[in-house]
Amino acid sequence: MSPSTAMWLLPWLVFVPLIGAGVAASAPRLRRGVALLAGSVNLGLIALLTWTVAAHDPVDLALSGWAPPVGIALRLDAWAAAFLLMTALVGLAVSWFATGPQAATARGSEGFWTLWLLLLAGLNAVYLTADLFNTYVALELITVAAVGLVALGGRASWSAALRYLFVAVLGSLLVLMAVALAYAQTGTLQISQAVQHDLGVPVAATVLASAGLALKAALVPLHGWLPPAHAGAPTAVSPLMSALVVKASFYVLWRWWSAAPPESLPLPAGTALGVLGGVAILWGSWQALRQDHLKRVIAYSTVAQVGYFFLVFPLLASDAQSARLAASGVVIFAVAHGLAKAAMFLAAGALMYQHGTDALSALRGAVGRAPVPTLTLAIAGVSLAGLPPTLAFAGKWQLLRASLEVGHWWWFAVILLGGLLTCGYVARVLRILFTAEHNENTHSENTSDEHTNDEHTNDDADHHPTRPPVPRRMAWAGMCLALLVLLGGFTAVPLIELLDASPLEQSVLEVSP
Amino acid sequence: MIGASGSPIPLLILASSLVPAVVIFFLRDSQGIARTTLNLGGAGIKVLLVATLIPAAVAGDRFEWSAPFLPGLELSLRVEPFALYFLALSAVLWLLTTIYAVGYLETAPNRSRFFGFFSLCVVATTGVALSGNLITFLVFYELLTLTTYPLVAHSQSTAAMRGARTYLIYTLTGGALLLAGVVWLTHEVGTVEFADRGSPALAEWAAQNPLGATVIFAILLTGLGVKAALVPLHGWLPRAMVAPAPVSALLHAVAVVKAGAFGVILLIDYVYGVELAADLGVLPWVAAIAAVTILYGSVRALSSDGLKQRLAYSTVSQVSYIVLGISILSVMSTTGAIAHMVNQGVMKITMFFCAGIFMEVLRVEKVSQMDGIGRRMPLTSAAFTLAALGMIGIPPLAGFLSKWYLMWGAAEVDDIWVIGLLVLSSLLNAAYFLPIIHRIWWREPTGHWQVPPTRVRRRVEAQLSLLVPTLVAAGLIVLIGLLAGAPYSPLNLAREITERIYGL
Repeated sequence: MSPSTAMWLLPWLVFVPLIGAGVAASAPRLRRGVALLAGSVNLGLIALLTWTVAAHDPVDLALSGWAPPVGIALRLDAWAAAFLLMTALVGLAVSWFATGPQAATARGSEGFWTLWLLLLAGLNAVYLTADLFNTYVALELITVAAVGLVALGGRASWSAALRYLFVAVLGSLLVLMAVALAYAQTGTLQISQAVQHDLGVPVAATVLASAGLALKAALVPLHGWLPPAHAGAPTAVSPLMSALVVKASFYVLWRWWSAAPPESLPLPAGTALGVLGGVAILWGSWQALRQDHLKRVIAYSTVAQVGYFFLVFPLLASDAQSARLAASGVVIFAVAHGLAKAAMFLAAGALMYQHGTDALSALRGAVGRAPVPTLTLAIAGVSLAGLPPTLAFAGKWQLLRASLEVGHWWWFAVILLGGLLTCGYVARVLRILFTAEHNENTHSENTSDEHTNDEHTNDDADHHPTRPPVPRRMAWAGMCLALLVLLGGFTAVPLIELLDASPLEQSVLEVSP
Repeated sequence: MIGASGSPIPLLILASSLVPAVVIFFLRDSQGIARTTLNLGGAGIKVLLVATLIPAAVAGDRFEWSAPFLPGLELSLRVEPFALYFLALSAVLWLLTTIYAVGYLETAPNRSRFFGFFSLCVVATTGVALSGNLITFLVFYELLTLTTYPLVAHSQSTAAMRGARTYLIYTLTGGALLLAGVVWLTHEVGTVEFADRGSPALAEWAAQNPLGATVIFAILLTGLGVKAALVPLHGWLPRAMVAPAPVSALLHAVAVVKAGAFGVILLIDYVYGVELAADLGVLPWVAAIAAVTILYGSVRALSSDGLKQRLAYSTVSQVSYIVLGISILSVMSTTGAIAHMVNQGVMKITMFFCAGIFMEVLRVEKVSQMDGIGRRMPLTSAAFTLAALGMIGIPPLAGFLSKWYLMWGAAEVDDIWVIGLLVLSSLLNAAYFLPIIHRIWWREPTGHWQVPPTRVRRRVEAQLSLLVPTLVAAGLIVLIGLLAGAPYSPLNLAREITERIYGL
């Protein structure tokens, strides 16, 4: 497909979910079908567009013919395509998970479909827009939809949702101030034009935007709102929050920074973000090790993984070669995290459906009752830890290379240590899922009893009145994502080549009116 | 895979275990016949493939396959003599272990899970053997860690989970160190291909940066030393003894520990190369670590009453013979070291098979319970005795060859302390194995045995699926020793490989 045809597809990435949201709101009986249809069309469009971007250059579109700086500009390059593709894959898997007849509690209420499609529209808009003000609007759309989704969890989640609302609005305000400052100095809302303006974006604007977006992305120490919101949300909402919503804020901040020439970036601010990222990795992992509910473990894991993303900022502010390594590394890492984290939350949702709770103490021996979700957790955990051959390993490798290029040893050590800690909390969860239920009472420290002991557990699982089997759809939606991230490691080279071919700081000035 | 090129043979070898593994995961536990057919079919095909490839590889044919994996780095698999040597060992012993495991676990739950991971573990070991460069090795080395964890934890008992956790902590930390070393090395010299005489690019860089090369060597050795159970990184091995007997057998003989030792050989001879390693002056340190490990393992084995635990410490000690041999600059001792990979594997797998039978049939787990067991189970006891005598180094058994070549090589380069060490170690071997042999054959039975109700007494002392692999493995111990001069014997192949390493 030629770029000139492809550019007319760009707005449909926002319109399709919006139309879907409208239909879902007005025609209750069509909700599931519409959501699946919108999700599939969305994935198809992005696959088509990614293919175009790979074959040609980035696709630009100035809506209704008004060229920047006046009109609304959309832009799809390889970096945006990577995030869009991840969003589409996760979105479709979550929709599939939530359509099951048994998934009523997983959705919270039927308002789920409308809110989720609104959220999808907002996410796609953030990745596509080339304009700071529209970015702000899209972020607000995401906030509204996301807060609504969290609140679907019922009365218990309302306080978490309210707290999340305050934090997100505060973050948005900071972003709005940053946008206003940048506009005042440079007279443009195009990110790429603004940062390359003679006067440059004021440092204050960059710092404000960084603070606001770090708050929305839950960078330590601004992370307190995340675990209750992500863990308290209904099970079909948690993967959307952790895998997708957090990414949008990070994406905006990363584009803001990476569009600027390295020498114009405030280096101390970059280092500060990196240090906080390092602290986040250690603190989040440590907290994840100490949680006694599965969803809270996964939520704290997001806090830790977000820390990895922020390691990119000090590396961006160094020379161009390592900045590119770090950029492709962190984008791949973020995409892998999205797939793996969604897989984990979906697996947790499946386990929660079966056990009625996500308390780890109740999940003992779950491997016998729910082998597929357990294996999903294992594979996704391997990916989170960045072990080969997963996609995350490629991202980690690039980050490690970048930190060696720059000669910053401490990032190298933090990345490796973080991987081990990730292994630690994933292994702890798996250990509990693997431990046979009646171990403590009936089992001596003697391996020879292994046979009889296990048969107990299995019988128990099959006849437990309150433990329904996991529906196939719930089990496999997460597994599909986990397998994607596992096998995705073998597509790392074309992916990195695609990203490398796409210039980070190209301006959109050449858009034809 | 995108952009793959080369011969499909390495992939075929991998697929012979990967395809059964994937299919087995989808089988129900009750589909025993299908599972066993897949298992044995895959293992049999692999033995045949490897057997047909050995003459071609020795004659100089190479089969390589590669695909882009990371920017500037390829996933590379190749068939060459040393890879094939390790592969042959694992293929043969895996076939035996599969038969044994089918019999051992015939009544246990979660068999499909077990055999699925079992086959994945073979995939990982095969990949380790076939790796053509460091990054490929790293990928399969980590995969080996992950696929063996569910096997160690298989019984899901508290003790098993604890042992498996220790195992995971040690091996993942080792893996992280290995990753650190590989990234650093790649950063400095680009991709590092394994070559008979070491990587030329690395040699060039190391000439300028001897300190950097030494530090990277130390990092990589530490990473590999965890799996190779070098003291003080050996702590996981005795604790991983909670695994079912066939798993212990394969951990010790072919998979984890052997992959670590294989990695150390790759590091010294195929990454750095003997000359560079000698120039950097790292070999005496490696030899010293190996020596400490040999003695420490033997001493701990002496004081262990648990049979499997004694065997575990014996492994700690015996595997370091390999490390010791390659750190002595002589063709003879390197030959002995490489030959010992096979010899130790065959002897140790026999012992673990026997230990498993003792436990399954009579619930005997401790050395002190083994009095007079030879009268009740003569065949198993004979196999155990043979393996123990081999470990001590009695001619003409397999273990004698290793020790003979190691000592000969040490004498050639006047490392007299090595001869003393090996004599001392053999005495210690005798001190912890001869009392067992004495108990088995000369003591009166004390009646500590319990026959589990599920195991009906049969005409033969144990079910054939357990006994036959054990006796075959015991037979191999004798054959390897007797037929050492035959073409394609392990010793001759080891000699062939060593001559390439030394560029002769």
